[in-house]
Amino acid sequence: MALTGLDIFKKLPQTNCGDCGVPTCLAFAMKLASGGASLDLCPHVSQEAKDALSEASAPPMREVTIGQGENALKIGGEQVLFRHEKTFFKPCGFALVIDDSMEAAEVDSRLESLKKLRFERVGYELKTDLAALKCASGDKSSFAGLVEKVKGACDLPLVLMSDEPDVMSAALDVCGTGKPLIASATSDNSNAMTELARKHKCPMVVRGGSLEELSGLTEKISKAGVKDLVLDSGSRDLSKTLENLVMMRRSALKKKFRPLGYPTITFPCQETQDEMLEAIHAAVYVMKYGGIMVMNNLQPWSALPLFVLRQNIYTDPQRPMQVKEGFYEFASPGDSAPILVTTNFSLTYFIVSSEIESSKRPAHLGIVDSEGLSTLTAWAAGKFTAEKIAAFIKKSGIEDKVKHRKVVIPGYVAQIKGELEEELEGWEVMVGPREASEIPGFLKSWQ
Amino acid sequence: MSYSAPIDRYTGKINKVEIGTGDARVQVGGETTQPFYLFEGEMPNRPRLAMEVCDEAPGDWAKALEDVLGDVWDDPVKWAAKCKDEFGADLICLRLLSIDPNGADKGPDEALEVVRKVADSVEIPLIIYGCGNAAKDGEVLKKVAEQMEGRAMVLGPAVEENYKTISAAAMGFGHNVAGETPIDVNMAKQLNILMTNLGMPAQRILIDPSTGALGYGLEYTYSVIERDRLTALQQNDAMMQMPIICDMGREAWKAKEAKVGTDEHPEYGDPVKRGIMWEAIGVTSLLVAGADIVVVRHPETVKLMRSTMEGLGVK
Repeated sequence: MALTGLDIFKKLPQTNCGDCGVPTCLAFAMKLASGGASLDLCPHVSQEAKDALSEASAPPMREVTIGQGENALKIGGEQVLFRHEKTFFKPCGFALVIDDSMEAAEVDSRLESLKKLRFERVGYELKTDLAALKCASGDKSSFAGLVEKVKGACDLPLVLMSDEPDVMSAALDVCGTGKPLIASATSDNSNAMTELARKHKCPMVVRGGSLEELSGLTEKISKAGVKDLVLDSGSRDLSKTLENLVMMRRSALKKKFRPLGYPTITFPCQETQDEMLEAIHAAVYVMKYGGIMVMNNLQPWSALPLFVLRQNIYTDPQRPMQVKEGFYEFASPGDSAPILVTTNFSLTYFIVSSEIESSKRPAHLGIVDSEGLSTLTAWAAGKFTAEKIAAFIKKSGIEDKVKHRKVVIPGYVAQIKGELEEELEGWEVMVGPREASEIPGFLKSWQ
Repeated sequence: MSYSAPIDRYTGKINKVEIGTGDARVQVGGETTQPFYLFEGEMPNRPRLAMEVCDEAPGDWAKALEDVLGDVWDDPVKWAAKCKDEFGADLICLRLLSIDPNGADKGPDEALEVVRKVADSVEIPLIIYGCGNAAKDGEVLKKVAEQMEGRAMVLGPAVEENYKTISAAAMGFGHNVAGETPIDVNMAKQLNILMTNLGMPAQRILIDPSTGALGYGLEYTYSVIERDRLTALQQNDAMMQMPIICDMGREAWKAKEAKVGTDEHPEYGDPVKRGIMWEAIGVTSLLVAGADIVVVRHPETVKLMRSTMEGLGVK
């Protein structure tokens, strides 16, 4: 439960020493309560108070990091049930399964997939996040061999899938320093698995046959000192998994129920044999609180839509997605292709660019940084003005790429034509259509 | 600390709307909970899949669509029959492209002729969507409503500029109306209020929230549907309790990612499966958000969504 500033103040030294950078303990407590400061800033707070406060001020859902370095995946830390209430913070991860009973050629092809399943979209990289290594053979040296091979060939963090502590221990001896995700602790093996997670300082999946059982397990494991946990509700069908994901998220956020205050993992790979349905199950979990989706089939044709869905769902509703400022080329435009400009609101860009593409006409599309606002709004807010457009065109270098000096502005800002011609000496400013759907017709009549 | 399931209760429920007549009629809506949350409420009618049929042959549809529809798409009657018989469509969404003043500019009589033929040849219910030109859609749908009296079709999209014409005609001749607003809860509610003020029964209105494709504004549609639905269920707001219809097929298949071949983007993989997934994953998100009817183009999407809904416990 969130503490008030006064609750926190009572646990502080109350010396007003100012060492934390804030003049008084009360002011510091207020900052802590609002999330504007961290308790570490106070060098004098007692361990007892620290424990009490960090327990109480811990976010309702823990954030868990898998792997290390720039490829590490951070999941959890979510604060809302619906993205419109604030935003979903930590994009979920996709894992591709490789098991130790697969032929070497299959293993190689999956390793290759992990490298290839990367796409760039509006300046963001979309990629697979994890390799999920599964011990299907039951043999620890076979599994350790696979781990060794994958570790050498792929720089993504690993999920290690085996319920046998012996097998897990052998795998961790190979890759334990890389903070792989141990999967899984169950009521049958939790003591031994917890010991391994503690020894190797690794995050761990906990699987229960029901949410009651799962809650009991996480409580026990966290008391034993392993707190970076990921929840597997144990269900392997779409309907029950959806229900469990909703129950876990609500328990964590609405009831502040600590035993379920962790991110989740799902297994579309174990729910269906159909590769398309597998992707659709994963899509449901992207929207409904899945933290990691473990996939048996992840091909470019399924990965691209899934990754774009993740990008859409995890976009901050208060901060529209923006496209990087610059010129974008269509159909290898030469030095006589028309120049169009518009704003950097991603939807504006998508709509305009898809219309230009569908016209199959060459064009240079200039995207002006308008802080993510759409054309009319940007103009009204002074973010898409003659001055800004002129400055953009001059610094963009487009003048070296085309022979002509004509630029097309969106029909909705026709009023800036005169002003823009003044700013851009020697240029003719043409007023384009108001609606993107009229762009193909406009381009076809371009001389 | 022991676990107890955090079940929510809702005060509102979604209206039931009947489309079509006789044995083939379809009921949508009636939910008493969020989509597929069967652990705390009911979803008496599974969401329906309407397949899009156009009254003129499409010029530039993706190859994945041409492969399965190309043999029938110059004839809306054959096209509709194939959707019903072979592809298992729940409804047909007949889009009157030919009435577009910027296109073939056909008149109300010609449009009516097509509607009548399609309606007489397939028993499943029809959604008649105009070309998007508000004035022309109003003129044509008025005629269609009159002449197809009592067939309980869905007419739309009714927008700010033509809702009076379309809802008056729908009201007078026993049809339903789909009101479209640009991705905004308050505007959707406002249009519902305006239509009901004219006398249109709330039980014959559908909300079309405007649909963005995967990667092209889907997140806006997704969140506005979630908000529509929460307003209806949690706040018991009668002006938001209409079932939701989403026109996804044409948006999904407009996306570059759904239609480019491997020559342009080899890294995108199989173009047919990719196109289907672009549509199907978009539709999945609309269903999870709360759509009751989704208009789609590819038969494989229909199949996948059926299996998915079954998997979610709604048959």
